[in-house]
Amino acid sequence: MSDCHGSAVELAQVRPSGTRKTVAIVGPPNAGKSTLFNLLTGLRQKVANFPGVTVEHRVGSMKLRDGREVDLLDLPGVYSLEPRSEDERITRDALLGKLPGVSRPDAVLLILDSTNLGRHLMLAAPVLSAGIPTLVVLNMADDLEKRGGSVDAEALANQLGAPVALISAAKNEGVDAVRNYLSGQFAVPKPVELPVLQDVPKCRQWSAKVGNQARYQPPAPPVWTRRLDSVFLHPIAGPAIFFFVAVLVFQTIFTVAQPLMDATERGVSTSAAWIGETMPETWWRDLLVEGVWGGVGSVVVFLPQILILFLFIGILEDSGYLARAALIADRTMARIGLQGKSFIPLLSAYACAVPAIMATRTIENARDRIATILIAPFMTCSARLPVYTLIIAAFIPERPVLGSFLGSRAAAMLGLYVLGFLAALVTARLLKSSILKSDRMPFMLEMPPYRWPTVRSLGLRLYDRAMAFLKRAGTVILAVSIGLWVLAHLPLKDGRPPKIEDSLAGTFGRTVEPLIEPLGFNWKIGIGLLTSLAAREVIIGTLGTIYGIEGAGEEGSPEQSVGLQQALQRDLTPGAAVALLIFFAFAMQCLSTLAVVRRETGGWKWPAAQFAYMTVLAYFGALVVNQAAIRGLF
Amino acid sequence: MQLSVDKRRWVTLADLLEGQQGVLDCLELPEDLARRLMELGFVPGHVVAAAKSAPGGDPRVFRVDGSEVALRRETARCLRVRLAE
Repeated sequence: MSDCHGSAVELAQVRPSGTRKTVAIVGPPNAGKSTLFNLLTGLRQKVANFPGVTVEHRVGSMKLRDGREVDLLDLPGVYSLEPRSEDERITRDALLGKLPGVSRPDAVLLILDSTNLGRHLMLAAPVLSAGIPTLVVLNMADDLEKRGGSVDAEALANQLGAPVALISAAKNEGVDAVRNYLSGQFAVPKPVELPVLQDVPKCRQWSAKVGNQARYQPPAPPVWTRRLDSVFLHPIAGPAIFFFVAVLVFQTIFTVAQPLMDATERGVSTSAAWIGETMPETWWRDLLVEGVWGGVGSVVVFLPQILILFLFIGILEDSGYLARAALIADRTMARIGLQGKSFIPLLSAYACAVPAIMATRTIENARDRIATILIAPFMTCSARLPVYTLIIAAFIPERPVLGSFLGSRAAAMLGLYVLGFLAALVTARLLKSSILKSDRMPFMLEMPPYRWPTVRSLGLRLYDRAMAFLKRAGTVILAVSIGLWVLAHLPLKDGRPPKIEDSLAGTFGRTVEPLIEPLGFNWKIGIGLLTSLAAREVIIGTLGTIYGIEGAGEEGSPEQSVGLQQALQRDLTPGAAVALLIFFAFAMQCLSTLAVVRRETGGWKWPAAQFAYMTVLAYFGALVVNQAAIRGLF
Repeated sequence: MQLSVDKRRWVTLADLLEGQQGVLDCLELPEDLARRLMELGFVPGHVVAAAKSAPGGDPRVFRVDGSEVALRRETARCLRVRLAE
């Protein structure tokens, strides 16, 4: 389809009007698509995948004033609809109704940044030529006005043959115009003269002409962005701030999260004790207290910490700082053979490797992309955080390292994050100088203006995260905890459960014990390592259950079960504790990640190689540390 | 740099110092890449100004057509500009 005439033919055949309408949100990156989407749908949204393709998108529903509902589809951010990257192909196919399983949208919300209208208007040409009813939404109107720019929305609507709304999604101003549009009858855009879409300079001329007719006055340059950049991109202050931010995040995770975690822990142990006292002494009371509360409860305690981490990542991303961090990191990335673009997925792998691996789609070079996918699980994801916290808190006494600014525990945590990063760098270097060698790909990255993150979008992120975490605690971890509790109580001897060492779980643990003994781990840790293959934090639930049962056996009453920290101190030497940390830093213990790697690389070859490599590295890393500790080398 | 002597001389984006600007003349890159850069604002005829860079001067941020885009030196070297007055 090269111009508006081609689309007019396709137009007639696709207008199946169901009762519930679908509206697609399209726009260039950084135009505020997600902000508007969040505003319109609130909590009524979910992440979904188009069938057969890996591109993740959000779908949500919104209620109109008359009670009807509309489905909203948040498509990937694109600059054009020329199908060169996967994002562009998906967006194009979705608009043309060519995506299998997804019906053609009834209308489009085209979100453009009004402070950068000259360039963003270029996307209007291909979208309008698709012939779908379109509302052109000019976002960031407040910013445009503040910086002395202006645009005549009505004149622009005449030029484009489609209605135009001037809004500020972040400030929730003018959004009623969008809601009204969605409630009304959708009308196909009036035919207007559009440029040849393949010719970018022609498209740009067209958008300049349209802008002129709409009396578009571009705003003054963003003063604050320039001021901030002169600090954040300062040759010395820039990297120093980068480091400072990282340290601040880790210190906050320990100091601010601690009271919250203590409170959650008190809640969990008080309720466990209450159940233990009020319920009759039966096997299912023990299952509830030791299995469910001991297993799930000990994981849920870490929720505040994970939310604080995600709050930081959200602020860094939404404010625009992440793009600057990618710029600063590009040289380092180039040295290991990757590009700055790989840096953003790798940073988000600090939250979770699964979305990070999906985010590698923006890397055009296939070999760079696979290399990034393979190293992403080395980045310290939030599932490692509870494991690290528990072991560090049990074995490292808190004392100041850098005055009151950095404590020894935060420093140890920071060290583990650096260790994961180094493992990723070395692995990338190996891959890029051998099997995944390729020409260097050009690096181009748009620097968005700095913006205040909105409470709404940060809140939604945290809500999403909390739900995902609790869901995992309620499903995988619950199932593993219950299953383990049962295995720890069988086979029955004279109608009574055996000592845990003689149970099925214990036998299993003692079978693998010779293999992990050189690392300093006993059979209980062995069971934990096995269950944590499903997901890293499962080890905490597992140990919680095992020690819960053990404690109950020793003391007679479940509420006196020993705390996890004390139990670990009893079971691990300091050297073995460090070995356990190293093991978790390197090992690939996450079924979700393996599944997503298989999907993204199209086979079992890469995930299998990745799993083998990481397991070997973890085993020998832990072995070296523990043996060195035994020989008194540190 | 002796570039200021002859204002009409052709240089590349990589030669611009922070704060200097020029008019983009052509992109000596494969078509696919050139298109991508043009979509980001690097359309011939537009004024491009060199801005801040990562420590060490590479990659550098360029201001063009209302946006700021970071490019590595190796890419900037392929974009020819005429120095503006």
